[in-house]
Amino acid sequence: MKFKLITIFISVFVIFISCDKLLPPAPEESEILDGPMENLSYEQRLQFLRGDDAFNEVFTKESGLGPIFVANSCASCHSGDGKGHPFTTLTRFGQDDTTGNKYLNQGGNQLQHRALPGYKPETLPEGASHSDFIAPAVTGLGFLAYLTDESIIEMSDPNDANGDGISGVVNWIEIPDYINPSTSAISQNGKYIGRFGKKASAYNLLHQTVGAYNQDMGIASFFNPIDVYSNLEIEPEVSNQTIYDLDFYLHTLKAPIQRNQNNPEVIKGKVIFGQINCGSCHKETLRTGYSPIEALSNKEFHPYTDLLLHDMGSELDDNYTEGSALTSEWRTPALWGLGLSADSQGGQYYLMHDGRARSIEEAILFHGGEAERSKNLYLELNKEDKNSLIKFLKSL
Amino acid sequence: MKKTYIYTIKIIALLLLISITEVISQTDTVNQKLNMDAVYDRPFLKLDKLPLAIGGYLEANSQFSQTDGVNEGISFQARRLTLFFSSTIADRIKFLSEIEFEDGTKEINIEFAAVDIELFPLLNIRSGIVMNPIGAFNQNHDGPKWEFVDRPLSATTIIPSTLSNVGVGLFGKYYLSNWIFAYEAYLTNGFDDKIIDNEENRTSLVAGKKNIDKFDDNFGTLPTYSGKLAIRNRKIGELGISFLNGIYNKWQIDGVRVDNQRYLSILALDFNTTLYNRIDIIGEYSKLWINIPETYSKQYGNQQKGFYLDIIANIYKDKVLSWDNAKLNIGVRVEYVDYNIGEFTETNTEIGDEIWAIVPTISFRPVSTTVVRFNYRYQSQVDFLYNPASKSGVIQLGISSYF
Ligand code: HEC
Ligand code: HEC
Repeated sequence: MKFKLITIFISVFVIFISCDKLLPPAPEESEILDGPMENLSYEQRLQFLRGDDAFNEVFTKESGLGPIFVANSCASCHSGDGKGHPFTTLTRFGQDDTTGNKYLNQGGNQLQHRALPGYKPETLPEGASHSDFIAPAVTGLGFLAYLTDESIIEMSDPNDANGDGISGVVNWIEIPDYINPSTSAISQNGKYIGRFGKKASAYNLLHQTVGAYNQDMGIASFFNPIDVYSNLEIEPEVSNQTIYDLDFYLHTLKAPIQRNQNNPEVIKGKVIFGQINCGSCHKETLRTGYSPIEALSNKEFHPYTDLLLHDMGSELDDNYTEGSALTSEWRTPALWGLGLSADSQGGQYYLMHDGRARSIEEAILFHGGEAERSKNLYLELNKEDKNSLIKFLKSL
Repeated sequence: MKKTYIYTIKIIALLLLISITEVISQTDTVNQKLNMDAVYDRPFLKLDKLPLAIGGYLEANSQFSQTDGVNEGISFQARRLTLFFSSTIADRIKFLSEIEFEDGTKEINIEFAAVDIELFPLLNIRSGIVMNPIGAFNQNHDGPKWEFVDRPLSATTIIPSTLSNVGVGLFGKYYLSNWIFAYEAYLTNGFDDKIIDNEENRTSLVAGKKNIDKFDDNFGTLPTYSGKLAIRNRKIGELGISFLNGIYNKWQIDGVRVDNQRYLSILALDFNTTLYNRIDIIGEYSKLWINIPETYSKQYGNQQKGFYLDIIANIYKDKVLSWDNAKLNIGVRVEYVDYNIGEFTETNTEIGDEIWAIVPTISFRPVSTTVVRFNYRYQSQVDFLYNPASKSGVIQLGISSYF
């Protein structure tokens, strides 16, 4: 009996010492989207971590949620800093041209379709044209933020001077008072270049953040103190410091890391991507200008976007717009991180602005307008080449 | 990760086999206590002249944990120190209280403080701060009685043990040869609306029981009902069915109606049995239903469920050092919780927010009131959206002892 006791003790001990499988290993850095970029100072890492907390903060009635809202934390829409799930898809409505919103007294331009108990959520006014937006990933945005206006304009081709059927344009937007345009900003009739959001209607990450607090969660701030429900100015429900921390966090989230880039099929897929002109809009390589954040200053990066608006044809035209964009125009989304999308969307792809495409192939097939030609070239590919292209896109 | 599962299951199966093949018939009297008797079924110290008996227990452990490769390091935790005071005020009148210090002195709770008056065995009156009779763990939660460092998830998060409230109730027992029948029925204060408005971002009765006012104010303004029926056969085991129902929202303020009355209900089934006098099987299933406004967020689910199943085998019982009746037990807990039962209306796919865990344990009891436990916990958790699960491994070594 004693012998058995000792054997049991020893064998259990040995199992624990020898089997490090008992402690689940970390996924590869390239398999996850969240985490800070390299080369940040300790101080910057601390600010990143504070921003991370703010991104994950769950708002409640007490901390100011709503009373009408779409979701109760940044992370509930951008889970793991990745793309969103249809559960948190938001709806914008009532703007079909540049003359402004026709339903301002009925909650335009964003629908808050959820409400705290006791309050009435908004409903879509009858007849209002609208568009659904599924949350995009928020990784690597610091690089896009420090791309210069000049380089964006350089990529644009409003009159299709090169005759490739693709005419990227910038979205000229009015910016709110709390935003200080960067010193290298280019303006036209008092309007500035928008670069974030599905229609490129947010000037920078601060603009996007303040808007998200206010419209997505019903959180008033010093920058935008208007309550979504009463339309009255109220006390800030989030501190300026928290907003700055969050802004810093968004700037310093690492860029998605490509996987399997040496796989021959992936290499072949990348060549095809170029051959069928996907890269005319989804620009592989860009370069940042000066940034006070050393790790972002004058750096080359590979987002696969040009940040420009493109007419994507009638099928993607929801008859809703923002800024100077046409209703059929959408900003080219970055494709980095594309292969990891499903990991934050509940195991399923939901692509394009409203998540209508359930796979990468479906997303390509929804391309029209300026991308019609490119899509047709895709359709002409043989099965093998199509697979290589998809494999390449999944490696991003 | 499947390998780890298989590995642990194999080891447990092996150890169980060893113990089962060694079953020797023993003649101990089988436990005749019900879960509801647990409050008094504790070691107390009675000093000669003092009218009060004192007891208590301590739980402490060290823990090494890692989730998806992120190592949370080693920590030492003094989870709780609980003190009991009991006294027989007069014939048929008893008082008992239980005061708990959790995580140092971060939380001090009166878990129980009630006076019992016995009229007949079938009719006793209890009033004060009482433990709601819902599930078995809530009533029988003393650390030293369990072979695991962690309390079961379903019994701490779906039923938020220890769940006690101010109230009154009746309880009683009826004996019939090998059978005992028992009932408990209480009216108490209840939960508040933090259940569906909290930073855990899920329906949480734990968040809803924290309101400090609950000892003198009832948030839902109508009493919460809880009741339990238990049946025990001396040879077979115990089976309990319990129910709780109450309002959790402020539907009326100063007599003005401001919302519908929103109810929550919990149903729990529990059982325990002992096989061959040395294998204990303990299990509990619980389910929660809660009425949440349609226009609020599905992030807060309107149904939850969970269970745990503990199998504990005694594999060694003999004199060790100077302890005459030392015991070595092995066992395993399997547990599951689903914090949000339902589908996304947007996609018709299942909502996640679920946890599975398997916890093999080895415990050593030098005396019956002290237990040293060594646990390994393997846990798989899916988030609300059903994204790929995050996996954790936790190694725990802890002690829990009455004093
Ligand atoms: C209700 C879901 C939801 C919530 C909550 C939410 N977002 Fe978003 N987010 C979106 C959607 C949808 C877009 C696209 C918006 C647009 O086109 O204007 C977006 C866009 C963004 C972008 C721009 C990304 C890009 O590539 O252009 C950033 C940055 C961002 N969100 C950050 C945040 C932060 C920070 C918070 C919390 C303060 C937050 N979001 C809360 C849904 C959400
Ligand atoms: C004319 C510019 C243009 C061309 C050419 C183009 N795209 Fe796109 N692409 C876009 C725009 C704009 C969207 C976003 C449309 C929307 O949100 O509805 C998009 C969306 C996508 C998406 C979905 C991304 C997401 O996050 O939802 C994928 C994948 C994609 N494109 C791949 C390709 C491939 C592969 C090709 C080549 C066959 C290609 N694109 C050619 C402009 C273009």
